[in-house]
Formats: sequence, structure tokens, C-alpha cells
Amino acid sequence: MKRFKGFVIKEFYHIFRDYRSMVILFGMPLVQILLFGFAITNEINNAGIAILDNSKDAVTHKITNKLLSSGYFKLEANLTDYKEIEPSFRKGKIKQVIIFENNFAKKLETENKANIQIIADASDPNTASLLSSYTTNIINKYQVEMMQNQELPMQINPEVKMLYNEELKGVFMFVPGTITILLMLISAMMTSISITREKELGTMEILLVSPLKPLQIVIGKVVPYVFISFMIAVIILVLGFTVFGMPVQGSLFLLLGECFLFIIMALSLGILISTITQTQQTAMMISMFALMLPTILLSGFIFPIENMPLPLQIFSNIVPPKWFIIIIKNIMLKGVGLGYIWKETLIIIGMTLFFIALSVKKFKIRLG
Amino acid sequence: MNSTKENSISVSNLSKSYGNILALNKLSFEIAKGELFGFIGPDGAGKTTLFRILTTLLLADEGNATLCGLDVVKDFKKIRQIIGYMPGKFSLYQDLSVEENLSFFATIFGTTIQENYELIKDIYIQIEPFRKRPAGKLSGGMKQKLALCCAMIHKPEILVLDEPTTGVDAVSRKEFWEMLRKLKENGITIIVSTPYMDEASLCDRVALMQGGIIMSTNTPENIIKQFDTPLYAVKSHSMYQLMNDLKTWNQTESAHLFGQYLHLTIKDKDSNAIETYLKSKSHQDFEIQQITPNIEDAFMRLMANKSK
Repeated sequence: MKRFKGFVIKEFYHIFRDYRSMVILFGMPLVQILLFGFAITNEINNAGIAILDNSKDAVTHKITNKLLSSGYFKLEANLTDYKEIEPSFRKGKIKQVIIFENNFAKKLETENKANIQIIADASDPNTASLLSSYTTNIINKYQVEMMQNQELPMQINPEVKMLYNEELKGVFMFVPGTITILLMLISAMMTSISITREKELGTMEILLVSPLKPLQIVIGKVVPYVFISFMIAVIILVLGFTVFGMPVQGSLFLLLGECFLFIIMALSLGILISTITQTQQTAMMISMFALMLPTILLSGFIFPIENMPLPLQIFSNIVPPKWFIIIIKNIMLKGVGLGYIWKETLIIIGMTLFFIALSVKKFKIRLG
Repeated sequence: MNSTKENSISVSNLSKSYGNILALNKLSFEIAKGELFGFIGPDGAGKTTLFRILTTLLLADEGNATLCGLDVVKDFKKIRQIIGYMPGKFSLYQDLSVEENLSFFATIFGTTIQENYELIKDIYIQIEPFRKRPAGKLSGGMKQKLALCCAMIHKPEILVLDEPTTGVDAVSRKEFWEMLRKLKENGITIIVSTPYMDEASLCDRVALMQGGIIMSTNTPENIIKQFDTPLYAVKSHSMYQLMNDLKTWNQTESAHLFGQYLHLTIKDKDSNAIETYLKSKSHQDFEIQQITPNIEDAFMRLMANKSK
């Protein structure tokens, strides 16, 4: 036990003396969460639009005001001619042009019908469809307001409630995703690198020739990263709560427990990587490509799994972060207990045991 | 079982190959307890492979080896308790200080620096002024001294040193060997490999290795005695010319450059023939004298004979 303690202390020395890695280790969660929270977001605020109002009457003014006061749009230009539309898109400042036809108010009154044309810059299809649907929504709302005085023959009024995230905050999606990515990255990559570093420097040779048991070496390598990863998980949760108001509806204890389980899973994956690689560089490459990409792309963090082609949907089942994201989203947003997520928890436990068994089998007590 | 008691290391018919390359070819030797035994040979002779098999890091393809009566395959765990190993590459933690490295290795071997301080005192005293310095910032000789301390801190019965003096300056090399001699007095069996043939004379016995085989095992004195022909040291005003002339001479058996002299053996037993030949090649101010061969000459000759 004293040997083991000595070994763990040595590992902490390694970590704390490598200032650059330390800065990255603790700076990364901060930067990522702030980036995802503030900068990289799929919500739309202040999108530039131009308006070509051929009618310039009370109704078009009202609609324009409604649009601009919604917060989604910012008026970049008032156009006077159709010819100006194309050049103004080219300048790149506007995403959408709204055109009111001639005699808008008059037509509405006399014919009960008037046209608004929405032209959107669909070089970014997501933004274009979002903007146009915001616009239609606002116009529809205005229409309903106008008709309050009149009796409609029939009306269906859908009432939409966005459960668990009423304000549709993107950060609610990014906090669980960021925790997952970072825990995966730090746990798997750092352990695999730190074990292969010993191989590369030749110190593994001495460790093997010592009375230390292989299991002691491996666990000794892992213990510091359990602490660090756990601390990072807590930092992200605190940041998510304080800066973005990301709630934890469910039991905090359960949430931390699941984080801990996921860390162990990622660490055992890291050990597995280190047993099949010889250099730090290959270990890093494998961690990056074999772990990071599926974590980002196939876990349902950014792209919904339901929209993927069937083979990828099936493949996503063996991507551990998929299950973890389900778990923490459920705990944080829906506040469910273990009763609802035991299946996903079991899957992660199973994966952990599998990785550990495989690495123990693969760990070499000799060189070569 | 008498032999295992006296012999610290005994190896028989050890073979190991990497793919098609035969690294060790049926090696057999015995090393007595308390002996300072050197493996001398050029790079690629198989020294590191042999050491890794002895330290249980590699498995041999054939043959067996025992250390203190323990089998390197079956009893690898016990062997790992009683040996000290210093790999060829500097293998300490560069970001840990001298003191931290030493105490780390003491801890993992279940001991403390204080407990075995006597053993390493002579060496450690030299690096103690730098004990707070990271190991990576030490000079080459210092690093080797530290590595040696780390390999010995648990008082091993057998010390295995793989090329401990490679890349170390001449003074540090000399000091290093003096330390080994002192350690030997503590009854520790030391096996050491080196590509420097001049270091061979500092061992009790040496094995000359090349291409995976041991060409000769003997005391340095006896290896020199095996040199069975007169050896001449030749010097001339133009060494380059001399080298070329002697290499093309039909009487030349071997000619190697050693410092400012050329060591020469000839087929003809008459040294006057050299003088006559050199005069015919219009060499001036040349010097010819018969000398006692050193271990390097002996090794060169063994190598040449083997390849014939």
C-alpha cells in the first residue's frame, strides 16, 4: 500500500509540474462552456434584414414594428426597388428581405387578402428556415390580434408549451454535451498519454522490473485523473448554473454519481488505448479520432440520432457518450430518479467492465 | 544444485530472434556471485536483448536462464524483487528532482533512502548538491550516477547495467567504473554491457559478443594472451598514405588505426619486411615497434578470425 501511495504521489507531481497541461486541463472547460453558451449557439438574435415596403401604410408599419421589436431582427436597410434586393444580399449583412406589396392595407380591407413576400438567404439553410418561420409566426400573431374584434367561423388554436426548457435555451443542450466531451477527452486521452509516456521514456521498463504489480501501476496512473476529471465536472456544473442558469432538477447526488461512473468508463477506455499503443502520439491520435469524433457527432449532442441513417443509428449504440448524455439530460432537465435511467446506467457499467477486462487481458507484464 | 549456489547467473542455450533476425544464438555462460562481468560488443551484438531476458522483460525463444537459482520465466516476480536494472536509455523521471526520483524508487521497492544510504553514499554524495534539481537538467554523467543510485537503492543481489557509460564523458566514465568496483566489494553481482572495449579490462571477466554469439569468455588478461601473433605499432608522417599502403599490401593481415598509431599484424613473421615495404613506398620518418596488444586488439582479431 505504501508503494501504491508513493506511485500516486509521483503521478500528481507529473501533472502539477506540467504547467501547460494544467492550464489546458482547467482552462478548457471554462473556455468551452463559455464558447458554447455565448458564441456557438443556434439561437438567432439580431439577424440583419431589409424591408422593401411598396405600400408604406399603417398596417405595414405595424407589422414592421412587430418584427423589429421581437429581438430576432435588426433593420439593416430600407429598400425602394426590387433591383436592390440582390446586391444587398451580396453585401452579406442581411439574411432576409421582407416585401410588402402595393396598397397593402387597402387590399387587406377590400379583398380580405394581401401578400408579403419573404426572401431568405438559404446559403445557410438552418438559419434561413428559422428566420422565415419566426417571421411567419410574428405575422400570424398580428393577424390573430387584428381579428379579435371579428368573429371567425372556425378557429384552431394550438397552444405550444416547451417542456423542460421553456425558453429554448441552447445552453441546456450544450452543458451536458460539454461535460461529456471534456470528461471523455481528459479521462481517456490523459490516461492513455500518461501510460504511453512511461513506455516512450523507458521508465516502464524499470517499473516492470520492480515489485510493483501491473494493476498497481495502472490504478496508480488512473487515480489522479479521477480526481481531476471529477473536479472538472463540478466546475462545469457550477458554471452552467451560475452563468447560464442551467438547473439540476434531479438529485445532485445521483448526477455526481453518474458523472463518476462515466469517468471510470472513460478512464478504462484510456487504459485500453494505452495497452495497444506504444507512443504518446498514437495514443493521442486514437483518442482524438476514435473517441472525440463519435462523441461529438454520434452521441446526439449536436445532431439528433433520430435523423441519422439506420446504420449510424445502430452504431451510435456503442458510443458510450450517447447513453451518458441521455442520463444527464434526464437528471438535469427532467429531474428523474434512477428508476428511469437504470437501463442506460447499466449499459455504461457493462461497457466499463468490458473495457477493464479487455485491458487487463492486454496489459503486458513484459516488453515487446 | 551446487552450481546454482555458487553461480549467481547461469544461462544455457539461450536463443531469441525478432522475425528473421537472430538476436541471440544459443548463448551459454555462468557468472559467479560477486563477479563484475562485462559484455563487450558493438551495437547490435545482442547485449540489450540478453539483458532484457535476464531482467524478465523479454521471453527467450529457446533455452533457459536462472538468477540466484530463480528461473527467469517461472519466478519472474521473485526475480523482480532481487535485481536492480539500469536500462540503456536514461530512464528516470525528468520532471522529478534528484531526491524525488531516488525516494520514488526506494518506495516502490519497499524501502527508504535512509535504510540503504550506506550502499549509495559514495555515489550519491556527488550528486547531492543538486538534489533539488529536476533529473532532466542534470549532465550526462550525473544522470548516470543518479540512475545507478536508483537501481541500487533497494540493495539488489544482482545489478544489471545496460551500457551505463554510453554518451558519458571520459572522466565520468572512469569514476563510474571506480564505483562499480566498490560496489562489487559489497558482494553484489554486477553485469554490465558496453561498446567501449577499453572498459573491458576493468571487469573481472568479459564476454566478447558479436552478432548474437559469445566469441570468447575470459578474464581480460587471458583474452589478451589469446593474441597469438606479434603486433606492431606503425607511425608515419602521412597516416592516410600509410593506411592505404598497408591495406593494399599482400602481407598485411590486419591494420587498424588506434590514436596516432596504426596497429598492424602481418603474415610474414619478420618485422624488417615492414620497413622494406614502407621504404619502397617512399615513406619517411616512420616508426615501427612491437607492442603488447590491448583488449581492443584482441577483440578485433577475434572478430576477424570469426568472420573468416
